[in-house]
Amino acid sequence: MSSSLTPDAPAFVAKTSGGRITDFVDQRVGGSGILREFGRKVFPDHWSFMFGEVALYSFVILLLSGTFLTFFFDPSMAETHYAGSYTPLTNVEMSVAYSSSLNISFDVRGGMFMRQVHHWSALLFVASVSVHMLRVFFTGAFRKPRELNWVVGSVLLILSMAAGFTGYSLPDDLLSGNGLRIIDGVIKSIPVIGTYTSFFLFGGEFPGTMIISRLYTLHILLVPALILLMIVMHLFMVVVHKHTQYPGPGRNDGNVVGYPLGPVYAAKAGGFFFIVFGVVAIMAAFFTINPIWNYGPYDPSPVSAGTQPDWYIGFVDGALRLMPGTIGDWKVEQVWFGHMFTFNVLLPALVPAGILFTVMFAYPWIERWITKDNREHHVLDRPRNAPTRTAIGMAGFVWYCVMWAAAGSDLIATHFHVALNDVTYWLRALFFIGPVIAFIVTKRVALALQRKDREIALHGRETGRIVRLPHGEFIEVHAPLDEYKRYKLIGFESPVPLPAVPNEHGVVDRKEKRRAKLSRWFFEDRVAPATPAELEAAHGHHGAHEAVEAAESQKTLSH
Amino acid sequence: MGNHSDGSPNHSGTVATAGQNEVEKFQDPGIPPHRLRLADTDPRAAKKAERQVALLFGISVVGTLIFLVAYFAIDLGNDSSIATIRLQNALLGIGTALAMLGIGTGIVHWAKALMPDHEVSEERHAIRTEEDRQAAVRIVDDIVEETGIKRRPLIRNTLLGAMALAPLPALAIFGDLGPRPDDKLAHTMWAPQDGKLKRLARDPDGTPIKAADVTIGSAFHVIPEGLNELHEGKLNEKAKSVVLLMRLNPEELHPSPGRADWAYNGIVAYSKICTHVGCPVALYEQQTHHLLCPCHQSTFDLTQECKVIFGPASRPLPQLPIAVDSEGYLVATSDFHEPVGPTYWEREQHVLIPNA
Repeated sequence: MSSSLTPDAPAFVAKTSGGRITDFVDQRVGGSGILREFGRKVFPDHWSFMFGEVALYSFVILLLSGTFLTFFFDPSMAETHYAGSYTPLTNVEMSVAYSSSLNISFDVRGGMFMRQVHHWSALLFVASVSVHMLRVFFTGAFRKPRELNWVVGSVLLILSMAAGFTGYSLPDDLLSGNGLRIIDGVIKSIPVIGTYTSFFLFGGEFPGTMIISRLYTLHILLVPALILLMIVMHLFMVVVHKHTQYPGPGRNDGNVVGYPLGPVYAAKAGGFFFIVFGVVAIMAAFFTINPIWNYGPYDPSPVSAGTQPDWYIGFVDGALRLMPGTIGDWKVEQVWFGHMFTFNVLLPALVPAGILFTVMFAYPWIERWITKDNREHHVLDRPRNAPTRTAIGMAGFVWYCVMWAAAGSDLIATHFHVALNDVTYWLRALFFIGPVIAFIVTKRVALALQRKDREIALHGRETGRIVRLPHGEFIEVHAPLDEYKRYKLIGFESPVPLPAVPNEHGVVDRKEKRRAKLSRWFFEDRVAPATPAELEAAHGHHGAHEAVEAAESQKTLSH
Repeated sequence: MGNHSDGSPNHSGTVATAGQNEVEKFQDPGIPPHRLRLADTDPRAAKKAERQVALLFGISVVGTLIFLVAYFAIDLGNDSSIATIRLQNALLGIGTALAMLGIGTGIVHWAKALMPDHEVSEERHAIRTEEDRQAAVRIVDDIVEETGIKRRPLIRNTLLGAMALAPLPALAIFGDLGPRPDDKLAHTMWAPQDGKLKRLARDPDGTPIKAADVTIGSAFHVIPEGLNELHEGKLNEKAKSVVLLMRLNPEELHPSPGRADWAYNGIVAYSKICTHVGCPVALYEQQTHHLLCPCHQSTFDLTQECKVIFGPASRPLPQLPIAVDSEGYLVATSDFHEPVGPTYWEREQHVLIPNA
């Protein structure tokens, strides 16, 4: 303890005033240690890692623009008569919430711009979270040790949709009011508690006078606080795990190859925030989003045709549209024991979303159980090198997209001049067969790409140069790859199916048999990465070309 | 595969080689050799990149100025036109975009062109070491031991019981979020008040409709008389009581027993609230006599008492029994005989037997 006070070890004294302030703070918060730990931390670089950054930055933009909007927005459903500068609605009876939204648009300088920025970045936020999750799924980044971070990310996806929906309804315009009406209908279909839940949410009968202010509290306090908490957890785990990296020469599960945080990575990532903000600003400047003044105030009677929810709610709305309410004369809705079982609403509203999110949350554990792979993975899979996983992902993605497309069934019908009923029938069929087709096609494509990789690794790339040999044969010259490029193509794991293993009692139980079956399904179609011996053999058998190529290069040298 | 045109027999690339081991695998050649950029070797290129970065930052300054000018120079005033707002919005957006993109692209260009682009490799560390685990286990054991919770199950069990019950008030306190539903959903404004039948009025202006005004093929959006005069709960009442009124050829209607007197001279009134999830069924196809909900495309056939013929709805739209009063105005002879709108759990208890 006394050593720090000995006179022969003089304390550091900063020379400039800036240095003295820094030193003052450093001595009290220990910044040097933090900087030493993180200042040069290595981050791998890849364009696909940007989606998560876009999500983070659009959330920051949402906080900034949203705070501005709260200064002018009044979430009251009290009745008022519009007296702002948008003349088509002058003296129209409306809620204070709708009136203040119009004022933000037309009477607050920059208000329209901030509303546009806020709505566009909300759409971008959910989109980038979704695309980021697709990237993580298809590259296998959710594997050990990142399973929990995958779960946190999935929670973030749900929260981002919740944030979007609660915000979407706030202006109390006709379009979002109809959205709430649909939510009310879905809630009422829930057995036992549905009616009570609806009355509790709306403070009585729909639409009541409470819902906007309640959604407002959720939208500006509860949901963003939860999102912030999840983001902190998410980033904390990213630091603990360090970032994943794509496969390539010099990269393995024991290292991380990339640029140091300071300066390159920090500059790129920091600069990227401004780029995202700039792109959102361009969208806000030139593309109208949610022109609430065209819709008018909420009224339970009118509705406009061709209305759409914000994109991320589309898949649920589409599922609602796809479900038939009657099959022949048989009603899907049933009365059992004197109570209503509204299967025509319950099933589409809960089942597809339930399956998607359950599989999404559980997938890391499902794959871990099938593969019995308990190792840490820091090197990503190229999607083609995990054909079954990629096929599962595409099947889910296509399933989602079919439902999403169904939310625009009426627009598809009017744009392409086809019968609305036919669009619905086709989409109903695709709902079931689309994922199957997607699975099969994706798996075949992935395997084909693997074979192509293998061929390029063994035989080199096609140069497009046709050479005629002395005995008249034509060949195309293949240029061999350098060892770095080759390693990228062959440096991956190709697991084989794992047969059932007896447990400690020497018995292969039924669960293990099922696992072995799934393991075979997962891994039986595979393309083994090329080996040095095969490369040797390939070169041997290409003897003729090699002679030509050697001669060619000789010629080049002699110039 | 197998499209290399050397005419040789193909190898099967698909056969898995059993037992690939380390020996057979390619060795990792390591990080590829670093390639210098133009700016690393040519001072002129570096200078050029430097000027480009500065230019981008300069563009950002211009963007900020555009924003400020657009904000202060364009006056929205009291009677500004849409065009003014559109112009201001565009300029604010362009200004912000330039200000942000200038900084962003400038920094990224600086990082890519001028900062060192050597890839470095760093070792990963174990997320948890065995040593840490053992130390943590010892600490937890000590903590548990010092609390004595294992030795004193009485304390543990009473604490668990107390903790399990403690959140209940936090749930109960939300009991006043809404009133009990009771049978509120079963009644609408159409019920006769003090023996006086409610007239059908036009939505939104509330003027009553004479039967003589309803020509064949026409359709009216209808609200109950007196709705607009309500001071409280107007939207709640409207959300249940809006009605579509249409007149067909009486032969085209096929009323079921008990409903024969619900129409007047081919004029029928049906609830406008979809039985699926409650959107207004606002589209009337005059030729086919179909009603279409624009939200989820449920289609109801007027000639079959609004039976569902397509889409996700399960139940027909409820019919409002109507007649004509002494002055020739259309009136509702009673409330709907069943709850309108989306299905709910207790609905069946609120359905009346027709004409009861």
